[in-house]
Amino acid sequence: MLVVVALGVSTAGCSATGGKRAEDARKQAAAEGRAAVSTPRWTFAMVTHSGAGDTFWDIVQNGAKQAAAKDNINFLYANSDEAQQQAQLVDSYIDKKVDGLIVTLAKPEAMKAVVAKATKAGIPVITVNSGAELSKSYGALTHIGQDETIAGEAVGDELDERGRKRALCVIHEQGNVGHEQRCAGARKTFGGAMETLYVDGTNMPDVQASIEAKLQTDESIDAVVTLGAPFAAAAVQAKESAGSKAEVDTFDLNAKVATELEDGKLGFAVDQQPYLQGYEAVDLLWLYRYNADVLGGGRPVLTGPQIITGADAAKLKDYAERGTR
Amino acid sequence: MTATAPPGRDRPREPGAAAADERLLHTSTLKKLLGRPELGAVVGAAAVFLFFSVVADGFLRASSLGTVLYASSIIGIMAVPVALLMIGGEFDLSAGVMVTSSALVTSMFAYQMTANVWVGVLVSLLVTLAIGVFNGLMLTRTRLPSFIITLGTFLMLTGLNLGFTKLISGTVSTKSIADMEGFDSAKALFASQLTIGGVELKVTILWWFALVAVATWILLRTRFGNWIFAVGGGAHAARAVGVPVDRTKILLYVGVAFCAWISGQHLLFSFDVVQSGEGVGNELIYIIAAVIGGCLITGGYGSAIGSAVGAFIFGMTSKGIVYAEWNPDWFTFFLGAMLLLATLLNAWVRKRAEATA
Repeated sequence: MLVVVALGVSTAGCSATGGKRAEDARKQAAAEGRAAVSTPRWTFAMVTHSGAGDTFWDIVQNGAKQAAAKDNINFLYANSDEAQQQAQLVDSYIDKKVDGLIVTLAKPEAMKAVVAKATKAGIPVITVNSGAELSKSYGALTHIGQDETIAGEAVGDELDERGRKRALCVIHEQGNVGHEQRCAGARKTFGGAMETLYVDGTNMPDVQASIEAKLQTDESIDAVVTLGAPFAAAAVQAKESAGSKAEVDTFDLNAKVATELEDGKLGFAVDQQPYLQGYEAVDLLWLYRYNADVLGGGRPVLTGPQIITGADAAKLKDYAERGTR
Repeated sequence: MTATAPPGRDRPREPGAAAADERLLHTSTLKKLLGRPELGAVVGAAAVFLFFSVVADGFLRASSLGTVLYASSIIGIMAVPVALLMIGGEFDLSAGVMVTSSALVTSMFAYQMTANVWVGVLVSLLVTLAIGVFNGLMLTRTRLPSFIITLGTFLMLTGLNLGFTKLISGTVSTKSIADMEGFDSAKALFASQLTIGGVELKVTILWWFALVAVATWILLRTRFGNWIFAVGGGAHAARAVGVPVDRTKILLYVGVAFCAWISGQHLLFSFDVVQSGEGVGNELIYIIAAVIGGCLITGGYGSAIGSAVGAFIFGMTSKGIVYAEWNPDWFTFFLGAMLLLATLLNAWVRKRAEATA
């Protein structure tokens, strides 16, 4: 009796779609991680300013790990959102005498001394994501990331092309310089009027309520631009409950954004390709060690902006789900 | 006058200094040694050190130990006054953000007034001490638990840090003061590096050792030290025998503020720009360091040396995980597990010590 029940549950309880099995099948189909080169096994370390459990940085890491597998690299990663801790982590890797370092300069002054220490110790440093303007003066080989002002300008142009007149730029982290640059860039190229709305990004229900209130009070707003993928979903819900006609557009991408682009709930997304930031950083360090090659000619190597619309979203959805877009 | 006898006044010596067959001759010394609050923490620290020496490649390099000591000193400088406060039977949850507040005041005052950086440093000292006095006065006047009082201060300071910085600087971080007069001399005092035998040691390590020495002297050799043990052991009894309980507690909070000022100046002068949102959560790390070091959460028992050993365990663990190349996703889990193990070992050693002593 029990056996019959158990068998019944185990077969009837299976899902024919999605789930772990589908994921494993996708992984099987994905590239196998085997070294494609015969260079020595170097160790590269990456230290970022990310908090714990951040989607964006998870994608950066996936790119770095993929490149590390191909280039026969032992890849190490650490992160802390406290400047002092981040500097100490870099220090630890310098003590370990790693062969290459990848750091973010979100809090540049805190990183200045340790980056100098690394270059003095003969460890090549590549900066990613933030700190484009300081990377060179600190002694890094090159910088890989998106210029936030250029990305903002691309958004302004795209809004014009879509015939928008009144836009709202939603900043979810007060005082984040990159966020201010994105909105300022968009304001510069956008032909219509653009307002800024500050919300508390650590509190999603509050984000939704703030956007909703704004859309209720000003019905002429026809575009809402959020600065991070998780906030796009909140903006879509706010728009629906406020009964607004505004189009929601966003910076950055995740699986949900890709789905909503496909469904037409979102207008477009501006991607900075985090996977590329991790992948290229490791690959460029490898190139430097192997062949003393440096990319970018002393200028930042840009990984964005890339405008993504519903037409591209179908393909990207799978990539976003496997954690590489 | 002495209200309660403090634990052993002798400096602890290496365990095992007295051989087993000579125990009869050294009973008093050994007894005192085994009664020390930090004994268990020392054993725990030795265990953690041995563990990472084996599993973490590069942990034993001199430069690595310099980094570990630096990480420990950042926690240790604050763990000393927090330990004293806990021996006095109180908490300070505002200690973490107070460090950031202190750094922000120095930076913004000097910058906005275009004053010599040292003026900012002194203004910051006054402001930070005032926050300490505020904590102490609120506690002694309202008779509310310190947990509540300092939780309020913690939240208010977190808001003030961000609010004032945005208001004055226009962004969430302060402006650079590296090119201002007095910066270099202040940096030399608070954030310089000494190279000893090819190893770079940060000056905070010296500050830390000095603070531990002073706090140990206060606890074991002064009347005020006796008062701290007395108010932590039982405020009513202490008051009954004439200990100025309120003054003692206020001074303990001022001590925390003073050390927050030192830490804050280090934060500022090592990076010359301060992020206003930092420091949240560190107060718990200071308390943990003190507890690993043998302070009782209930007060009346503990030591300054113990807090230093606790901070060292924390520093070794947090950096040892990096040297050991463990998966960073599990970092905080390992940190928590190591701390629990160290504290359990600590408690076990103390129990054994009490049984044999």
